[in-house]
Amino acid sequence: MTWPSFVINYYTMSVIIILLGASLLVALFFLAAFIWSVKNGQFEDSFSPAHRVLFEDKPAVHICKKSCDNKNCKSAICKN
Amino acid sequence: MATLSDVQLLCDHCGETCTDNSITNGDKYFCCQGCKLVYEILNENDLCEYYSLNNKPGVAQRIPVRKDKFAFLDDEKIQQQLLQFRDDQQTHVTFYIPYIHCSSCLWLLENLHRLDPGVQKVTVNFTRKEAQVVFRQSQTSLRKVVETLTSIGYEPYISLEDLQQKKPRVQRDLIYRIGVAGCCFGNIMLLSFPEYFSGHSYSDPKLNLLFRYLNLLLSLPVFFYSAQVFFRSAWSSLKAGFLNIDVPIVLAIIVTFVRSLSDVFSGHGAGYFDSMTGIVFFMLAGRILQEKTYQGLSFDRDYTAYFPIAVSVIKAGKEIPTALPDIKINDSLLIHNDELIPADGILIKGHAVVDYSFVTGESLPVRKSVGEIVYAGGKQLEGNIEIMTIKEVAQSYLTSLWNREEIKNPVAKEASFIHLLSRYFTWVVLWIAVITATYWWVYEPARIWPAVTAVLIIACPCALLLAASFTNGHILRILSRHRLYLRNAAAIERLARINHIVFDKTGTLTSKTISTANYIGLPLTPDQTAAVASLAAQSSHPLSQSIAANYGNNDRLPVRGFKSVTSQGISGWVQEHFIEMGSAAFVDAPKLVTTDGSTVFVAIDGQVTGYYSIGNQFREGMPVLLKQLQKKYALSLLSGDNNREMPYLRTLLGPSSTLLFTQQPQDKLNYIIQLQQQGNRVLMIGDGLNDAGALKQSDVGISIAENSNNFTPASDGILEAAQLPQLPHFIKICKANKRIIIISFIISLIYNITGLFFAVQGILSPLTAAILMPASSISIVLITYGLSEWADRH
Repeated sequence: MTWPSFVINYYTMSVIIILLGASLLVALFFLAAFIWSVKNGQFEDSFSPAHRVLFEDKPAVHICKKSCDNKNCKSAICKN
Repeated sequence: MATLSDVQLLCDHCGETCTDNSITNGDKYFCCQGCKLVYEILNENDLCEYYSLNNKPGVAQRIPVRKDKFAFLDDEKIQQQLLQFRDDQQTHVTFYIPYIHCSSCLWLLENLHRLDPGVQKVTVNFTRKEAQVVFRQSQTSLRKVVETLTSIGYEPYISLEDLQQKKPRVQRDLIYRIGVAGCCFGNIMLLSFPEYFSGHSYSDPKLNLLFRYLNLLLSLPVFFYSAQVFFRSAWSSLKAGFLNIDVPIVLAIIVTFVRSLSDVFSGHGAGYFDSMTGIVFFMLAGRILQEKTYQGLSFDRDYTAYFPIAVSVIKAGKEIPTALPDIKINDSLLIHNDELIPADGILIKGHAVVDYSFVTGESLPVRKSVGEIVYAGGKQLEGNIEIMTIKEVAQSYLTSLWNREEIKNPVAKEASFIHLLSRYFTWVVLWIAVITATYWWVYEPARIWPAVTAVLIIACPCALLLAASFTNGHILRILSRHRLYLRNAAAIERLARINHIVFDKTGTLTSKTISTANYIGLPLTPDQTAAVASLAAQSSHPLSQSIAANYGNNDRLPVRGFKSVTSQGISGWVQEHFIEMGSAAFVDAPKLVTTDGSTVFVAIDGQVTGYYSIGNQFREGMPVLLKQLQKKYALSLLSGDNNREMPYLRTLLGPSSTLLFTQQPQDKLNYIIQLQQQGNRVLMIGDGLNDAGALKQSDVGISIAENSNNFTPASDGILEAAQLPQLPHFIKICKANKRIIIISFIISLIYNITGLFFAVQGILSPLTAAILMPASSISIVLITYGLSEWADRH
């Protein structure tokens, strides 16, 4: 095996080598992102996240208003 | 008289028809107290957005849940088995809630903390119908959480199965492997481009060398990680003394890899890293497609999925919830209304009316009195009873079915024709390699190595494997579109080859929910009929319900002095007539010869006018289906019922069919074994646990489910009941499966032969290989897709 000659005069190709490194880094980044998303269970349930985002999150204070006159109100934050 | 308006009143909670307008809250109407209760709870807690997200999203709450049903959840030992995680602060638990069906459910469950402040977080997995609950045990308890869920209509399903084994988690292993393979394959393709044109002046030899080493580096994870699936499968098949298709494939992968390494290190060429990684990527894709799992379904249920997790044992006058495996002989068990009897025992208190449809398939409830034996698997229908166990749960009559040798160690089912085909293929390839080697040995020995390795690379039966796995995957998808969910690809091939079909009757040919009531006796005037129906509507007994349903739900007359005598009958005044309905003894009717639980006698003003005979209705399309099947297959019918419907069934299934009645689960299993010993390939279609043995033993066992929430016993496939008439079409699609595989295989052979043309001469360039490989793979994917869609349409 002969030592690749590019090692000796690699300066002539430095741009390509930098680009090569960059492209491989991007590829690795996306591979990592893919593995992370699978591990995270993002592909398992396609229904819930799509609908969850549409729910209006009511702030807890509005759940039971001051004027709540329901004697049986079991709400955790009922003022009465 | 309170007749309803012509407009049908629908329950504002669940959307089912209300029998009357008596149950209201504000401007809302409900079909039952249960639905009203749920509405009230949600209303009090300002959770009515539940109703605005979807129209009438609830589930009917007609059957109330017993107060102490979940007392067993206070038991430390049971808790430990159910919980996933617990520390000083919080507890994590996942419930299977079969009622989850829409976005309202999602919203309500994830707002559970508003009903129970101890709950910190609920995450719903909609596909699996599971809810993961995190709660603070200092503020609430497992039992309270479950009771809260139940109070809003989302009762978790907790069965003995949860106690015995942990559910297998989703297999993500293949996905990771294909991710790595795809990433490396794509980059190797990019880096190989300069090499493809290296004959031209515009490529730099130094750069090419760099690219080669990078390719080598990128192929390592594919070879050592992604392709491991194939190595493992090939190794285990070699150990078992059987050559499966993975053996020649692994051989080709290794040869390609070694050849490429030697090419790169010796500086002769770039090797075939692109082809190798590509083929691994495509084969993994095929495997994933073929092994698609249906997350909401389970194909491996045995009795433990049906049995409750705990039962009340009476000790010194107290009810103690006890886990089923801890029940000993001579314990006295308290079985509540609508509960399953978990172990064989002797009835010591109460009137037992047991529904054995689970065990025997006999649809009619059986009455037992004190001192008689009741068997595990029966469901107590009216009131509470006490039994003394005479056998442990696992040794009971029904459960002992699973201790049988045939069920525990099923005979290995036939290997796929793919493996046989690949064996011939491998031999042919090896011969071509030997001939090539001899030729070059004579003329130019230096070319032996490149030519032989190229032959082995190009002729790997990857195309066959791809054709098979992609076709299987498509067929599985097409079948699931028609609501037949097959367990795996092997079931397709077996379904294509069956020649004998065995049906269960109750719940399979007949519907579980719809029953018909035929009146036999003195003719009734329309007024009398309406009166009888109105009285029947007052009772929740299934027989009364089916009589009432026979006359529609409108125009109920008011009933005065309604009386219901448990397990005897009902009586009441409608207008100016006194009506009694019930058993022969209840109305003083002469006993009929054919009297069984499905007969309801009617007496008007003390005069017996006749009786209703209640039977299950056959599913729609059954006569046509059975007529069609008779022509091609031998048919049998195994029924747990008695033979009173024999003449009708005979006309349905044809003169050459076998009809067997009063079949116990063991009998059904034995019948299947007997058929198989005669050389038949049997398709068993059944439901319920009573068919479980037969379903498992048969070549293909398909269980029928009324809807996807239903529990089905272990089987090779689950078919939605409404799709049963399409069975011949499904078998046809399965038969097409093999043809499609062979057609696409032949097409890919053309690619192989083109490649071989170059390979035997020792001039297979990486470019040719890199074009042929993806071209053949992609055309196989397209061809299998097109052909399987075509098979579905024709």
